[in-house]
Amino acid sequence: MLILECPYCGVKAEETELSPGHEAHLKRFGPGSSDEQFESYMFARKNPKGVHFERWRHTYGCGKWFLAARCTATLEVFGTYPAQTSEPPADIVAKIKARRPNWEGVK
Amino acid sequence: MSTRLARGGRLIDRATAHEFTFNGKRMAGFAGDTLASALLANDQMLVGRSFKYHRPRGIVASGAEEPNALVNLGQGARLEPNQRTTTTELFPGLAAASQNHWPSLEFDVGVVNNAVARFLPAGFYYKTFLQPRAAWKHLFEPVIRASAGLGRAPTEADPDRYEQAYAHCDLLVVGGGIAGLQAALTAAGTGARVIVLEQTAHWGGRAPVDDVLIDEKPADHWVAATVAALSAMPNVTLRLRCMAAGVYDHGYVLAEERVADHTPGDGRPKKRLWRIRAAKVITATGAIERPLPFAGNDIPGVMLASAVRDYIVNWAVSPGDRVVIVTNNDDAYRTAIAVHRAGLTVPAVLDARTEADGDLVQEVRSLGIAVHLNRGIAKVKGGRRVSGVAVCAQAGEGAVLDEIACDAVAMSGGWSPVVHLWSHCGGKLIWDEAQAAFRPDPQRPPITHDGQAMVAAVGSANGLLQADEVLADAIRAAGGSGPAPKVHAPAEAAMVPVWMMPQGASAELRAKMWLDYQNDVKVADVQLAAREGYESVEHTKRYTTLGMATDQGKLSNINGLAVLAGSLNAPIPQVGTTTFRPPYTPVTLGALAGEARGEIFQPLRRTPMHDWHQAHGVYWEPVGLWRRPYCYTRPGESHADAVKREVVNARSHLGLLDASTLGKIVVKGPDAGRFLDMMYTNVMSSLPVGRCRYGLMCNENGFLMDDGVVARISDDTWLCHTTSGGADRIHAHMEDWLQCEWWDWQVYTANLTEQYAQIAVVGPSARKLLEKLGGMDVSKEALPFMHWAEGTLAGIPARAFRISFSGELSYEIAVPAGQGLAFWEACIAAGKEFGLMPYGTEALHVLRAEKGFIMIGDETDGTVIPQDLNLGWAVSKKKADFIGKRGQERTFLASPDRWKLVGLETLDGSVLPDGAIAPAPGMNANGQRNTQGRVTSTYYSPTLKKGIAMGLVHRGPDRMGEVLEFPKIWGGVVKARIVDPVFYDKAGEKQDV
Amino acid sequence: MKRYSVFAIAREAMRHHTGWERAWASPLPKSSYDVIVVGAGGHGLATAYYLGKNHGITNVAVIEKGWLGGGNTGRNTTIIRSNYLQDSSAAIYEKARSLYEGLSQDLNYNVMFSPRGLLMLAQTHHEVRGYMRTVHANLLQGVETEWIGPEQVKRLVPIMNIDGPRYPVLGALLQKRGGTARHDAVAWGYARACSAMGMDIIQQCEVTGVRQQGGQVTGVETTKGFIGTKKLAIVVAGHSGQVAEMAGFRLPVEAVALQALVSEPIKPCIDVVVMANTVHGYMSQSDKGELVIGGGTDSFNNFTQRGSFHHIEETLRALIETFPIISRLKMLRQWGGIVDMTGDRSPILSKTPLGNCFINCGWGTGGFKAIPGSGWAMADLVAKGEPGPLAAEFGMDRFREGRFIDESVAAGVAH
Repeated sequence: MLILECPYCGVKAEETELSPGHEAHLKRFGPGSSDEQFESYMFARKNPKGVHFERWRHTYGCGKWFLAARCTATLEVFGTYPAQTSEPPADIVAKIKARRPNWEGVK
Repeated sequence: MSTRLARGGRLIDRATAHEFTFNGKRMAGFAGDTLASALLANDQMLVGRSFKYHRPRGIVASGAEEPNALVNLGQGARLEPNQRTTTTELFPGLAAASQNHWPSLEFDVGVVNNAVARFLPAGFYYKTFLQPRAAWKHLFEPVIRASAGLGRAPTEADPDRYEQAYAHCDLLVVGGGIAGLQAALTAAGTGARVIVLEQTAHWGGRAPVDDVLIDEKPADHWVAATVAALSAMPNVTLRLRCMAAGVYDHGYVLAEERVADHTPGDGRPKKRLWRIRAAKVITATGAIERPLPFAGNDIPGVMLASAVRDYIVNWAVSPGDRVVIVTNNDDAYRTAIAVHRAGLTVPAVLDARTEADGDLVQEVRSLGIAVHLNRGIAKVKGGRRVSGVAVCAQAGEGAVLDEIACDAVAMSGGWSPVVHLWSHCGGKLIWDEAQAAFRPDPQRPPITHDGQAMVAAVGSANGLLQADEVLADAIRAAGGSGPAPKVHAPAEAAMVPVWMMPQGASAELRAKMWLDYQNDVKVADVQLAAREGYESVEHTKRYTTLGMATDQGKLSNINGLAVLAGSLNAPIPQVGTTTFRPPYTPVTLGALAGEARGEIFQPLRRTPMHDWHQAHGVYWEPVGLWRRPYCYTRPGESHADAVKREVVNARSHLGLLDASTLGKIVVKGPDAGRFLDMMYTNVMSSLPVGRCRYGLMCNENGFLMDDGVVARISDDTWLCHTTSGGADRIHAHMEDWLQCEWWDWQVYTANLTEQYAQIAVVGPSARKLLEKLGGMDVSKEALPFMHWAEGTLAGIPARAFRISFSGELSYEIAVPAGQGLAFWEACIAAGKEFGLMPYGTEALHVLRAEKGFIMIGDETDGTVIPQDLNLGWAVSKKKADFIGKRGQERTFLASPDRWKLVGLETLDGSVLPDGAIAPAPGMNANGQRNTQGRVTSTYYSPTLKKGIAMGLVHRGPDRMGEVLEFPKIWGGVVKARIVDPVFYDKAGEKQDV
Repeated sequence: MKRYSVFAIAREAMRHHTGWERAWASPLPKSSYDVIVVGAGGHGLATAYYLGKNHGITNVAVIEKGWLGGGNTGRNTTIIRSNYLQDSSAAIYEKARSLYEGLSQDLNYNVMFSPRGLLMLAQTHHEVRGYMRTVHANLLQGVETEWIGPEQVKRLVPIMNIDGPRYPVLGALLQKRGGTARHDAVAWGYARACSAMGMDIIQQCEVTGVRQQGGQVTGVETTKGFIGTKKLAIVVAGHSGQVAEMAGFRLPVEAVALQALVSEPIKPCIDVVVMANTVHGYMSQSDKGELVIGGGTDSFNNFTQRGSFHHIEETLRALIETFPIISRLKMLRQWGGIVDMTGDRSPILSKTPLGNCFINCGWGTGGFKAIPGSGWAMADLVAKGEPGPLAAEFGMDRFREGRFIDESVAAGVAH
């Protein structure tokens, strides 16, 4: 039963207040893109057993989307951050590296 | 003979007697008794039959770990099967019945299984019942299923209610023994919010029974004082009868409180489910004693040594006049002392060790009780009750050296810390060689959301089985540092693990050494599993069913594991344990469901006109969490009749539809037009103010997911309508793209679905009705088809949309939700002269089908694109990009071979069955018939007086006039011609008047 | 392999069962094999079995990082059915179901296949239409299903409340020969048969890398050393993404938790399997008497084999509404597994970018019922290098083409 702190309204939201959005930082490919690019955008997923960046919406709260850095093997949460970014912020990355020295970084 | 003692009993109130029945026999006990102690007081040791062999089963333990003494509790609607007598508090009028026997507990025909036990070892059913094949289904399995299960299933609905509550705290302490109480006291002293849960009805745990002295006084005093101190603190919550069932991620703990189990029918909720978020959890959950594995260790009268003294001290119940103690440790000697103090006889203590000189042993010797070393039990004598034991050398093979007459055996194989809650979220265990037990590994605790330890174990749950270390441990774990109260308990010498008694027991003896009492798993079974290669502890468990009964192996797991390790010649820690899963003890399903039953099983969303529909003959249809009228029946009318009447009337006179559930989303801002051009397949930015446009939304895969009319309200404002099911989903979809992809676009959206009631006024008299209500100009000139206008109607502010889903002259009127009912009723009253009738969703379906309009969810199924539905005109070729455009460029979606929308008209006028499929010639490579089309919507059309249908057919529009055959599921075939899907008013004149 | 039979039991009973042989051998790996199957769950073991039985390929190793059958095969709710909508799904699930009919005899191991009947309840008009489509499709696919009305549902399941205030039962899709089987026994039965064919099942052996050369797999690195192979089949369910990455390709799958629970055992009260999809819950009663209960998946990527409890609550609310008498029964144990979900929630049986490497994954919540059919089709693919008709539609290329195999019938809800 996850707790994720919404970076907008500050509420430590329980999972039942949230809607899941799966992998974060996908790069959208639209008309003009190759078949490989479009297929990758739509379907190829990292699905890591370990550090994972994912989307959540605070549906039964402020309604904002935010992103979370979380470990899929232990459910440890490294941090949450606003969704308006194409890559995890430096402080989140630093926090992950401090706790997981073997982490290979954002791929 | 088990009986009530004349004196003593810490927990009973001899002044308050309670009458109860067991198997119809009237018995009496006291307030404070458990059902188990009361049964023993009435000399009812035999309480059930084991699952497989139907062997007689007696009470073994005194707490939640009890594997045998399960009863059907209560009667009728209050029946509860599989209730543990050891945790059931006695109440007046309690009615209990034993389980799993026929015709009676004492004479059970099922015991024939026991007579042929050698033919029914673990896993025997995997090796047989193979031939003849049909016999499994028709003979063997029905017999097995009929004999399955223990208690009876209830036959009536549950009359009790269940509550659920939330709590937050800094520290949750599970366990109200001295370790838990100390941890709570220490933490609470810092001001932390503390919750303490104790599964029984009393505080103190084992310490008061085991003669522990705290600050020179019996532990009872310290317990009472500590509880009083905690009760006085405002930051502490104490709850008895509350069992922590499971620890879940991020500090979430579920606990089940037995509120009114002991006062059934008093109006209180039977149980309360606590959902607790704790910053930290301390498990002071104690330890459970292990049985010893000797032949006949399952005969009623053989009990855990600690349970024997629990019954004597707590409930003044003697399990037997002559109690033989068999042990591998010092702790069991406490039972000898307790038995002696109660004035009963201990004929002997059989100690498997070769040395025993601890304080307790010496005390027992000084009482004149015989202590024999290197001795064990070769076998127990007696069938339905212990009558004696045959003594052997533990080091030997079981040759009988002596026989001792007795009526109870108190056994102790050592203690296992209760590690379940520690383990639920991945806490790891470490094997303690000295105590032959698994205890929590402090280096590998379960961790919570910030990577810190979520749970700490204290006291005997932490492997500290001697009382003097327990309080210091609790203070430390609670973050304190002061000195612990002085605890005095006798020094105990080392225990010696005994995994088989005697250590060289023969195969015959091993076939009678029981590990799992409920599932009838014996030492020989585990050895068989190892021999057959089911070597992993999980394989052994599943193959033998060891530990899979209602006690989940609380008494059997470690002993079974040790036998397996012995068979594999591997050290116990290498073999490991099976996974601990919640709940710690079984939790009532009703408590987990709580109050969400019946009408409020799910939230109900109601339109402002809901009650009007309810009062006017509505037949409801669930649409998500909404209810919409399917039709309105008049007395004597079937649903089909009502629908026909509603359709005919809407086309000839006037119909009224509650369309409030359709989604209404306002999209506003400088970039709103650009945004909607991405959301829809159409161009929405060019929609002039005052106009409406039918729009389609696809997902990125290109599949059609929603449709609805969009209205341009002002330069920077559009109002989007969605399907009823789509409102929240489409709004979330929009916000997703705005917040996560195009966050620099200036667009604001809001879901206004519940802000407006929306009423469709439909039919040739629609305009006349609105003119009669008075207010805004709804003439064809002022409000043409696919336009909207604002004003008032019947004095109520309104926005009228000239859109038509029926093909008739139609206005959808939006009014503020709070005035929706007033507007509806005004329409009803004013509409009488025009023959107004309300209509429901089924008539809506028929009307739109007659016009060939698609319905999301009928013509679409998640794999259909607009181009399949002749809606290519709504897919802009000019736009460079929109959600779904790239997806539709993929080969399968761009193929000319796709199935496309057509109308289907049966040759005989009948209604095509829902979901009918037309085969094509030949079979595919998997031997299935090829197919070429399917029905997506089918109705009886009262307008055309025949069946009409829409469907998707391979290259359908190119095959007009062809006849297809549709097999019927009950045999036969329906023939239908491919026709234009617009059956009525092809030119669309009626909606445009 | 000494055959199991009632005579064997009688014989062994006279000597305390000391003569039974090991059900499967526990060998050390050889230096190389013709085929390595990664994953000794039901699907992996079935793949190996049919490689031997149908194609005569027995120089096979099945490599398992834990204990065989310990993943989803040991955790599911044991339901077997084939009443799927799309032709390709129906074909493979019906193949599986028909193999289940005779599996105990094929394997000489009683998997306790119980074709006691399976009902999928329709509780909205929209669902009725959806199931009618399925019945018609099944008719043309050769899958035996039928539509029954609410009274007949009540006769089959007396404890069901068909007149609930929110979602009255409008009828049901019935598959008379759907049902259940003993999940562990399926894995053990296949393992014993594979072992008897001389195949090596190597447990406690984790694949840590895939060695390749020139676009072909040459072998796998494991915790027991390097093992060479001519062909590699990856059949690991939840960890498919991890193994695929070792082989250098990415899969369209995400791993989420799926939970289930059992009640305490009680005397028989329900004979058929009931799935109530509107309210998200399904239930059956095992041969031991436990009610076996499940619902929908959890919602975020998760390898812990633990789920979030509110899903269990939602499932139980739904089932108590449907079966009011279960309210006073007790939950005995709850658990979770890791299910891999693909982009269209249908499985993948496919070639991969490596010429001699094949993948079988993405069964999501539908794995157990598919085991024999999946193994059959996968063995075909591995043996021939090309998919046969059962696997043909399930290639990974369908995502690029946009050719979804979508079983959810309708994306939206009616007006």
